[in-house]
Amino acid sequence: MPQFTSLKSRVIALPQADVDTDQIIPARFLKVTDKEGLGALAFHDWRYHEDGTPRPDFPLNLAESRGAQILLAGDNFGCGSSREHAPWALVGFGLRAVISTSFADIFRGNALKNGLLPVVVDAATHRALFEERGRDATLELSVDLATQTLSLPWGGSVTFPVDAFAKRCLLDGVDELGYLLGHEAAIARFEAERPT
Amino acid sequence: MTAPRTLFEKVWASHVVSEEPGCPAVLYVDLHLVHEVTSPQAFSGLKSRGLRLRRPERTVATMDHSIPTRPGGLAMVDAQAQNQLRQLEANCTEFGVELHALGASTQGIVHVIGPELGLTQPGMTVVCGDSHTSTHGAFGALAFGIGTSEVEHVLATQCLLQSRPKTLEVRVDGALAKGTTAKDLILALIAKLGVGGATGHVIEYRGEAIRALDMEARMTVCNMSIEAGARAGMIAPDDVTIDFLEGLARVPQGEAWDRAVARWRALPTDEGAVFDRSVTIDADAIGPMITYGTNPGMGMPIGARLPRPEELSDPAARAQLEKALAYMGLRAGQPLLGKAIDVVFLGSCTNSRLSDLRQAAEILRKRKVAKGVRMLVVPGSAAVKRQAESEGLDRVFLEAGAEWREPGCSMCIAMNGDELTQGQYAVSTSNRNFEGRQGKGSRTFLASPLTAAASAIAGAVADPRPLL
Ligand code: SF4
Repeated sequence: MPQFTSLKSRVIALPQADVDTDQIIPARFLKVTDKEGLGALAFHDWRYHEDGTPRPDFPLNLAESRGAQILLAGDNFGCGSSREHAPWALVGFGLRAVISTSFADIFRGNALKNGLLPVVVDAATHRALFEERGRDATLELSVDLATQTLSLPWGGSVTFPVDAFAKRCLLDGVDELGYLLGHEAAIARFEAERPT
Repeated sequence: MTAPRTLFEKVWASHVVSEEPGCPAVLYVDLHLVHEVTSPQAFSGLKSRGLRLRRPERTVATMDHSIPTRPGGLAMVDAQAQNQLRQLEANCTEFGVELHALGASTQGIVHVIGPELGLTQPGMTVVCGDSHTSTHGAFGALAFGIGTSEVEHVLATQCLLQSRPKTLEVRVDGALAKGTTAKDLILALIAKLGVGGATGHVIEYRGEAIRALDMEARMTVCNMSIEAGARAGMIAPDDVTIDFLEGLARVPQGEAWDRAVARWRALPTDEGAVFDRSVTIDADAIGPMITYGTNPGMGMPIGARLPRPEELSDPAARAQLEKALAYMGLRAGQPLLGKAIDVVFLGSCTNSRLSDLRQAAEILRKRKVAKGVRMLVVPGSAAVKRQAESEGLDRVFLEAGAEWREPGCSMCIAMNGDELTQGQYAVSTSNRNFEGRQGKGSRTFLASPLTAAASAIAGAVADPRPLL
């Protein structure tokens, strides 16, 4: 099971709002039957020229992005389709946390199941982080799941919400399917008592 | 006396298997729909853990996303798509899942065949590894899209871990005018709420304009709930719902039908029940809608002019609009009416049912698709196709110069060989106008089947009302 405790890393800034999962990984790449190798396809149509060469100015392709594990994204990140290929691609690229003001519901759930932490911050902090990142391309941020805190480069920190169960799963490596399978007796009882 | 409850609360409460403090609810799933794109990794997961399906009889699979729709020719777009379909077939055989395979008389888009077979019923929980599962909410089911990990959970346990969403009432008063459809209604709502406006909520659509819709129109509305970010969209069952279901292949029969109807009649939201949020819109004020940008919230009345970035005060919104207009190759302040187009796509789980085809055919009858414009008509299922052919709709489309295709997702998702080329403009009845959604570099205007048909004739974005 994917785990997450804490992380300190450089930051890739992608300010667009409403980034949809078709941008995170275009549908034509969904014909795969496994989860591996999607990192090279993350943001494919924004990231590469027509001939397949990288666009040097795209945030993921900048020299300072190499090895960065945090994406600082615009509002409402991950809207659109339910494809879990989106977090598979982001994790495959090397990302472990995305910071935004909000996430689409299905994406947030899918991300948590793959060890990619959605970090929700308020609009003012969000704006300030982009400004700070604009000034300092090598900016590093720290995220700690146990305390649910994001340390701010100008001092202090903000807390972010995480569903208590998802947090336990990530910290302790709890297996969600195992947890569900543990409810076998309750499920069987529920099925037996349903009206027909 | 129990406190008054909403439709959502009733369906939710009757499916909670267990709820422990600090944990999401274990929610029982009545119907699990499966397709080739989001299931292979879930079946692989089951196999690696040595698990079986808990309830194969509650699981139904179809092939729709990556299949070709070219008439007569069933060649796959590539070996990868072929492999995906083979895997679905093998998985369904191995795990005992009912499969509506390519070429079967019951095959079709997952959200078209579920309702059509009577698999989708009021009060059920319905899930699928597909965000437009919200479609099934038109029957008063709680229906939502899930990721592949969750597909595996449901296959293994018939349950999901879910945190309880909030409720949003969308009340639609008044009546839709002639030439204005359910698609225009939902596009107007998404333009009002924004693409993240309903995040975390389940919408219940209510009011006289919703009651007046037939089941296919209700499915169009619920289908696009996800485009406002909603977890699901629901409409309470009524006589229209029950008349639609009666006699369908998979609904309860005999006395079981009577018992089911009695249960369904108790589902609608009680007088005095409270929603977390409410929004009201006036159906009389809506006309044909069209999107101009790169998300479904960027919509406007068809006769309007494009918004101007400089009129927006929020810098992020301004940048987003500028980026969208640049991608779409459009100028701020320009009208869309008369904008030349290359392709018209009539299809998708939003608008590929019989009534959608009938509406478009009404406009195309004795008229011609403009020279240089390609129009694809893609029925949502093999059954829709047969029914349309028995009414002669295929002749209408073919005589007008449109293509009459095999059922599937087709150009809605452009992973199957049907796609726009770089820079092409399409008026599409599908649900997403994201960058590249209909092919790399594609530019999509979302609209109703009536607007799509009118635009096909004009060879440009056109208002359907003068043709009715
Ligand atoms: S028609 Fe389009 S939106 Fe509907 S299920 Fe197929 S790909 Fe998804």
